[in-house]
Amino acid sequence: MSRILRGLVIALTVCLGGPAISAAATPPQASECAACHGANGMGNQASGFPALAGLPSAYLQAQLAAFKNHERGNAIMGGMATPLTGPDMAALGDYYAALPVPAGPVPPALPAGPGADLAQRGDWQAGLADGIPSCDSCHGPGGAGVGAQFPRLAGQPAVYLAAQLNGWRDGTRKTGPLGLMSAIAHRLSPAQISAVAAYYAALPANTANGAKP
Amino acid sequence: MKSAKLEARRVLTLALCGAAWLALPNGAARAQAPAPATFSPPGEAAMPTGPFGDAVKLGENIFRNTPKYAPQFTGNTLSCDNCHLDGGRLANSSPMWAAYVAYPAYRSKNKKVNTFGERLQGCFRFSENGKAPPLDSAVMVALESYSFWLATNAPTGAKMAGRGYPELPKPAQPPSYQRGQVVYAQNCSLCHGADGAGTAAHGAVVFPAVWGKNSYNWGAGMSTINNAADFIQANMPLGMAGTLSAQQAWDVAAYIDSQDRPQDPRFTGSVAETRAKFHDNPLSLYGTTVNGHVLGATAQ
Repeated sequence: MSRILRGLVIALTVCLGGPAISAAATPPQASECAACHGANGMGNQASGFPALAGLPSAYLQAQLAAFKNHERGNAIMGGMATPLTGPDMAALGDYYAALPVPAGPVPPALPAGPGADLAQRGDWQAGLADGIPSCDSCHGPGGAGVGAQFPRLAGQPAVYLAAQLNGWRDGTRKTGPLGLMSAIAHRLSPAQISAVAAYYAALPANTANGAKP
Repeated sequence: MKSAKLEARRVLTLALCGAAWLALPNGAARAQAPAPATFSPPGEAAMPTGPFGDAVKLGENIFRNTPKYAPQFTGNTLSCDNCHLDGGRLANSSPMWAAYVAYPAYRSKNKKVNTFGERLQGCFRFSENGKAPPLDSAVMVALESYSFWLATNAPTGAKMAGRGYPELPKPAQPPSYQRGQVVYAQNCSLCHGADGAGTAAHGAVVFPAVWGKNSYNWGAGMSTINNAADFIQANMPLGMAGTLSAQQAWDVAAYIDSQDRPQDPRFTGSVAETRAKFHDNPLSLYGTTVNGHVLGATAQ
């Protein structure tokens, strides 16, 4: 069964991203990842499984390590990451980083409303020390992602994004540079979390094709 | 005789600056936090419509993305918003509503009474390392319209709480390049890069350059250590404002302002003479020798 699945994954990924395969071989664990994150690594919006394709390898490896050492709490991913060695994580990170991100439909206009405001302008009502910088100011215009420390938000499932912000609030996700996300998440209201998660979920993951200017 | 004197200035070292530092008056030191701002600029939804509203909106666009909306006057990758957070709305981040009602005013920098427009021209010439937009240009009219609108109902000439950056007290120890280097590596390089060049992604500048050819030039206020320290402690790291101690802010400001950046546009042809004329201040390291290199000698 798993051999069939693996064969299917390889067949699909070869079809979808031929050139990427030559950059990073398919690691044996990828078939297990595909069950939730999709054979193309684009996740599952309805179930809230995030896209992994095109995320920086260093970011993905850091997340696997964090799941393994419980700095990022998640029962399923903790179990998946526990047997992985450093080289396994590197192979998986490289593999998903190299998968192409399909271009989404270009939205006629960016979604407006409080989620967009928070994403693009932040909320500085509370002043400098307690203000919320715009998400785009670190994650890049359109939440396209910046380097290995500020991952892409665009196109990630709203359920996933909200769960991460809540995870920083309740301490189940402890990782991240300078403690930035923990500090910022603690300043967000539940309504702001829902709104901003819905905003980024509505943006195409492939920002070459739909990011704001 | 004159050249020997200039030479002596040229080889000013950080250590000497440290000595000069000790002689600085302590009167400006302030122990308590600044008074909270009582003024609030109008909300975005209240932006007017029609031709004036168009000018206000253009002004906001220029403010938030200067290289894109005012490329003809911009010589680096910085936007006004990088130093005046939240589109110039935020108290203690040098908000435009407080600046607008503070002009015309005499400035020792150019020894004359400056209008608000002339003050903005200074930002373009120095902080943006660009060219001063003519006072009647569309760019200037838009920026003045935006600032005027942000200052709706603010009293002219009043001392507005939240203006500028809160002035940091003098630290216990003179600012240190070496300690600043550590502060920078731990708190700043994540976004601004180990080389100070900032970070771009997908064709857009996300984190601005804090030194090097894409940063503010040697004539900018931010190239003077106390200004940079005041800004940093109140505003940086973005989202973690106030987490650096005053000492750390002074140290990292000294480190950043010990790096190469574009030439002062008032450059006379001689670094020593330019220092004597425009940087005769222990808190400007222009023309001093840092790590064997005379700052300002290599035009970026």
